[in-house]
Amino acid sequence: MVDLSTTYMGLPLKHPVVASASPLSESVDGIKRLEDAGAAAIVMFSLFEEQLQHESEAFDHLTTSGTESFAESLTYFPMVEDYHVGPDRYLDLIRRATEACDIPVIASLNGITDRGWTDIARQMQEAGAKGIELNVYYIPADLGMTGREVEDRYVDVLTAVKRSVSVPVAMKLSPFFSAMGDMARRLDTAGADALVLFNRFYQPDFDLEKLEVKSNLNLSASTEMRLPLLWIAVLHGRIRPSLAATTGVHAAEDVVKYLMAGADAVMSTSALLKHGPGFVSTLVDGVTGWMERRGYSGVQQMKGSMSQANVADPTAFERANYIKMLESYKSDYVL
Amino acid sequence: MAEHEVTTIDGNEACAYVAYRVNEICGIYPITPSSTMAELADQWSSEGKVNIWGNVPQVVEMQSEAGAAGTVHGALQTGSLTTTFTASQGLMLMIPNMYKIAGELTPAVFHVAARSLAAQGLSIFGDHQDVMAVRSTGFALLSASSVQEAHDMALIAQAAALEARVPFVHFFDGFRTSHEVNKIELLSDEEIRAMVREDLVLAHRARGLNPENPFIRGTAQNPDVYFQGRETVNRFYDACPGIVAKVMDQFAELTGRRYHLFDYFGDPQAERVLIVMGSGADICRETAEFLAERGEKVGVLQVHLYRPFAADAFVAALPATVKAIGVLDRTKEPGATGEPMYLDVVTTLAQAHAGGTSPIAAMPRIIGGRYGLSSKDFTPAMVKAVFDELKKPDPKNGFTVGINDDVTHTSLDYDPTFRVVGKGVVRAMFYGLGADGTVGANKNTIKIIGEDPEFHAQGYFVYDSKKSGSQTISHVRFGPEPIRSSYLIEKADFIGCHQFNFLEKTDVLERAADGATFLLNAPYGPDEVWDHLPRSVQQQIIAKKLPVYVIDAFKVARETGMGTRTNTIMQTCFFAISGVMPREEAIEKIKASIKKTYRLKGDEVVRKNFEAVDHTLAHLHKVEVPVSASSEHELPPVVPDAAPDFVKSVTAMMMAGRGDELPVSAMPIDGTYPSATTKWEKRNISQFVPVWEEDICIQCGNCSFVCPHSVIRSKFYNESLLDGAPEAFKSAPIDARGFPDTRYTLQVYLEDCTGCALCVEVCPAKSKEQSGLKAINMRPKDPVIEAERKNIDFFETLPVNDRGRVDFSTVRGSQFLEPLFEFSGACAGCGETPYLKLLSQLFGDRLTIANATGCSSIYGGNLPTTPWAQNSEGRGPAWANSLFEDNAEFGLGFRLSADKHVEIAQETVLELKEALGSDLVEETLAASQLTEVEIRLQRARVAELMKRLAEIQGEKADRLRSVIDHLVRRSVWIVGGDGWAYDIGSGGVDHVLSTGRNVNILVLDTEVYSNTGGQMSKSTPMGAIAKFAAAGKSVGKKDLALQAISYGNVYVARIAMGANPQQTLLAFREAEAYPGPSLILAYSHCIAHGINMQNGLNQQSLAVHSGYWPLMRYNPGVRESGENPFVLDSQRPRVALKDYAYNELRYRMLTRTNPQTADQLMALAQEQVNRKWEVYEEMATRG
Repeated sequence: MVDLSTTYMGLPLKHPVVASASPLSESVDGIKRLEDAGAAAIVMFSLFEEQLQHESEAFDHLTTSGTESFAESLTYFPMVEDYHVGPDRYLDLIRRATEACDIPVIASLNGITDRGWTDIARQMQEAGAKGIELNVYYIPADLGMTGREVEDRYVDVLTAVKRSVSVPVAMKLSPFFSAMGDMARRLDTAGADALVLFNRFYQPDFDLEKLEVKSNLNLSASTEMRLPLLWIAVLHGRIRPSLAATTGVHAAEDVVKYLMAGADAVMSTSALLKHGPGFVSTLVDGVTGWMERRGYSGVQQMKGSMSQANVADPTAFERANYIKMLESYKSDYVL
Repeated sequence: MAEHEVTTIDGNEACAYVAYRVNEICGIYPITPSSTMAELADQWSSEGKVNIWGNVPQVVEMQSEAGAAGTVHGALQTGSLTTTFTASQGLMLMIPNMYKIAGELTPAVFHVAARSLAAQGLSIFGDHQDVMAVRSTGFALLSASSVQEAHDMALIAQAAALEARVPFVHFFDGFRTSHEVNKIELLSDEEIRAMVREDLVLAHRARGLNPENPFIRGTAQNPDVYFQGRETVNRFYDACPGIVAKVMDQFAELTGRRYHLFDYFGDPQAERVLIVMGSGADICRETAEFLAERGEKVGVLQVHLYRPFAADAFVAALPATVKAIGVLDRTKEPGATGEPMYLDVVTTLAQAHAGGTSPIAAMPRIIGGRYGLSSKDFTPAMVKAVFDELKKPDPKNGFTVGINDDVTHTSLDYDPTFRVVGKGVVRAMFYGLGADGTVGANKNTIKIIGEDPEFHAQGYFVYDSKKSGSQTISHVRFGPEPIRSSYLIEKADFIGCHQFNFLEKTDVLERAADGATFLLNAPYGPDEVWDHLPRSVQQQIIAKKLPVYVIDAFKVARETGMGTRTNTIMQTCFFAISGVMPREEAIEKIKASIKKTYRLKGDEVVRKNFEAVDHTLAHLHKVEVPVSASSEHELPPVVPDAAPDFVKSVTAMMMAGRGDELPVSAMPIDGTYPSATTKWEKRNISQFVPVWEEDICIQCGNCSFVCPHSVIRSKFYNESLLDGAPEAFKSAPIDARGFPDTRYTLQVYLEDCTGCALCVEVCPAKSKEQSGLKAINMRPKDPVIEAERKNIDFFETLPVNDRGRVDFSTVRGSQFLEPLFEFSGACAGCGETPYLKLLSQLFGDRLTIANATGCSSIYGGNLPTTPWAQNSEGRGPAWANSLFEDNAEFGLGFRLSADKHVEIAQETVLELKEALGSDLVEETLAASQLTEVEIRLQRARVAELMKRLAEIQGEKADRLRSVIDHLVRRSVWIVGGDGWAYDIGSGGVDHVLSTGRNVNILVLDTEVYSNTGGQMSKSTPMGAIAKFAAAGKSVGKKDLALQAISYGNVYVARIAMGANPQQTLLAFREAEAYPGPSLILAYSHCIAHGINMQNGLNQQSLAVHSGYWPLMRYNPGVRESGENPFVLDSQRPRVALKDYAYNELRYRMLTRTNPQTADQLMALAQEQVNRKWEVYEEMATRG
């Protein structure tokens, strides 16, 4: 019997497969279904900072526009006392989800500024979230902004949130840092309890019919796991925060790879959206089978076994490996 | 006596507060100015608030006031405590039931915000015409004069009705009291409970219909007994005044506020006394007390209980010294020997004298007169004029006061400079835009001041008659004593002008008192603002010695993310300058009020408002006022010199806010006004306007097609006409074969643009170099306005395109037709008006329109100007509005009349055949008139006939002359909104369709009562919230199309311009050509949907693509050729309903208030869409 248990951001998990932020976690029913399907923990869908601001402003604008202008129609909407803009609905969902579930529910907060975060993070904790994942993705379209300033923004957000909550805080990052290692260490110093590698960046597309920029999100593919795999392997054992992998998990083997790279938890979104919540157990069973067949005693044993620290050729994770690949098209034996 | 909670609310809320607590059922229907009472009751009910018996009253919206009255009657007959709220024509619709309710001695109270009746014109404002029209119903009439009284009398009426078994109308003045915000003492639930006797409630319940104790009520009676039966109620009416007096005494013991059937104020030995009721009483009282203090022997008798009229109490309440009495009626009864209250007073005193019971030695001289119709301001100066009149040896009877009647000379002169100045009262006026939030901020200001135990506060708000870019004027008073001055501020100590450009249009400082403080929002600093002021403004500032403060509130708003909402900023300035309270305290209170107001809207909104407050004071500056005026800038005339005389002498006065000065002789005698007047009112309300890029344009006509304000016009013309064109005039070669040397111009009438940007949204042409650049783009107006004015002038000199040469069947072609509906005051981006504009383009020169009351009758016919216009030949739509409920029937009358006149014309022309030329006559009578070319030919024939007819004398020729224009086919259209077509006028619509007559009914379907502020109609969709459906509408909308199709001979189309303009055009043309009844249901996006109006067309498109609004046409005319009359014009749904619906606040709101219900209703609504689509598809494929 293999021992699948792991610890992620200080939370003991029965196995490493975590359902990541997705529309599946938008209702208590959905969250419960994920738990029933065997997820070890659930990261809720993201509460977007801009969305909150936008809703608040939109509600204000739409309920006031055209009002107090014409004597017959001084307002256009009924007065409602129980309209919830702001995080109330989200918080209510956390509350109900944590009551309904035994597994840890991690709240997810997505934004770019440090305004208002601390307050919402605290409310999430009060609502029962066992941890908070900060999903900071930021496109520095301002050409005057330096890399350091971008990095500071991440650190500032984390520092502010850490000051206001006692539950563990994870940072979900994009891969686009010049020096991911240094960035990881700065976040470690700032108190991150976990790093989640990597979020899938907003990348716009063009609509050629309408000549407009459009945004849509494609589901990830297994091939996209190379980059997180690399950095998990590099970071494992060298920083304090837990590591979670979160891109391209579509088969048990993918989970295994991440674990071997050093992930403490492996998150899946696209595969669950594609196959349904039941796919969690497919992954868990697959990992169990794989480990059993190869005689692994447990996740602990496997974790980080192929990290940069533990592989035979540590340069395989660096540029040397790239050169080697290019060279390898030639036979070692034929001149 | 317990300490009373005080609050600052308006009259409607003050009344509804009590009415809700003492009733179990409210049967209601929205009508201004009473709607708020019903809305509040509905809101409280949906929030689960309980009445004094601990149960939640049921509020049911009916299809009309007639329906509401029926429901109320039924609920009363079955023993429930039931009320309703109404006004004006709504009360008229209740009259039949009121006789029944009273005849059956049923205790109930109807709360009425008294309003004018539609006569020569409709008015939403206040007077007593409506309540006076029900004085014969048997209802008691109890009048309240103020916000406090509206609260108190609501309870007194209820208590008295229960005991007397006489139903009551409790009324107060529409707007002046219903919408005035004032500080009042609230009745506690204990006090209310103490006033409403439980045994009487139970007795009422016991009288209800009950099979356990069966009886019948509502028999038909014969000549033998009806009369006697009618007399049985007498003793109840005899007892009623005594009961009211007793209840008033009981009320006084409980609350300390003492009322009588008639309350007397002024000198106890007065010789001149006025009799008055309603808000006018407070003004008379204020004036009488002021004059009495100065030794004048005057007084006022305020009438509370008008019916039953308690003669003895009335006589007893008058001072025995009275020698002359003036009775002031806020109503008009043409042809009577006097207005009703005057007649009551005369009769009462005559009877008392004849009977020897009068304590007054000699019969006083009694005169009666009218004042204050339609909320005409009634001031102490006018009161004094009546007192003065009573001094004269031969005072004028049947007088008017407050107007200049230079025709029948009824009016009394008054001295407008006479004022009653309350001690310590501060008066402030604020000029704002509806959109900048000035009124809302002032309401908060009044609440803030009202919360101070040392202060009383009062606010009244004047709005203009436009729905876009409308100006508001707030009148705010506060002082140490209760404020009874229920009239507009005449001299203000503080003037706030919240929009700089008002200085160009309005005499903002006219009412500034000497030394008043002037606060101006200007885009200029303290050193430069002076030079930008018009000369007349500079002169007034200097002459009146006004300290001037300036702030660039828009800059502060921009910097703090407030957009165009400058309300909080200007409010902060007011507190900072006026010194009402210490600055720090004021700012703290403003913030507390912001938090309360915006709490529901989220922290972000609260934060931004706080930031705006914090940034304000640093930007507020005092202006150094020079000793003399330096500006060369004189105000431009209100309308240009080229305007017609009527516009210059009458319309312009109204436009300038000086309509009060117009004498009776200036007014049309029968409500007839010239059309085509909006073009003289260049409102310049948008700072951003569309600018045409002629090189990118593909000349599709879409922008012009959808423009709600007819601001975008197109013409084609021979290029030689460009000689002499202004340098900046744009044109392009026309994009069409067979038109050599022809140019095309798209001209934007930018001074009339509201900035909605629908044109930009709909434009399909994009630059190849810069995808964001379209063929039409919004640009700042100021840099282009001068050049564009010249361009417009030149464009107008280009010939109007010949209707015979224009392709009516394409969107593009239709846009070469002159719009005969232009520049209306509808909301920016209105979804209704583009349909009306199209209607006017296609058939305007032979169009008659019956327009139901609603948004379209307001932007279509609210003075001062009308958008219905005339073409270059002087023809154009002939438009009329009758009522809300009868429009289909009204329009059918147009058809019947047209048919009759055609018949007369045809008969008479045949009789004169010889003289007119038989070929021409025969051709004329046989002519087909389906296409525009045929109509143009017919016009030519009729013109020739008229020419020949001019030579002929005699009765027949005269008769033919009176109807000959009917030989050109008239197009009769019946237009209105869904409130009319689905609810109040539903029966009429149905009946008119059933007659088979050739009328065209256009329903501008916004799915909600837009004009009265967003109440639910039967067209409101499932899952949307609306007033009276705050918990989300749980049933789907009625399918009016299927209902009409069931007749089989009705042309029916469902259209949505934003989804398919070509289908819209086709439907209009088919409907008009169809020789029987037609019904067009037009999706009209609306501000009440809670959308960015710029996205209106996109929402229309989504409504269609989701299958929610399937486009279809049912044309019975094609049946003969074996075709299926039912054509589905839209494709199978490819968008989920929620992807359309949740772009709109009306749907989205429910997901935030009750997500579970929202989910359920959305699922059900989706199912309905699916089912409906199946039905439609089946009908379309039936073959």
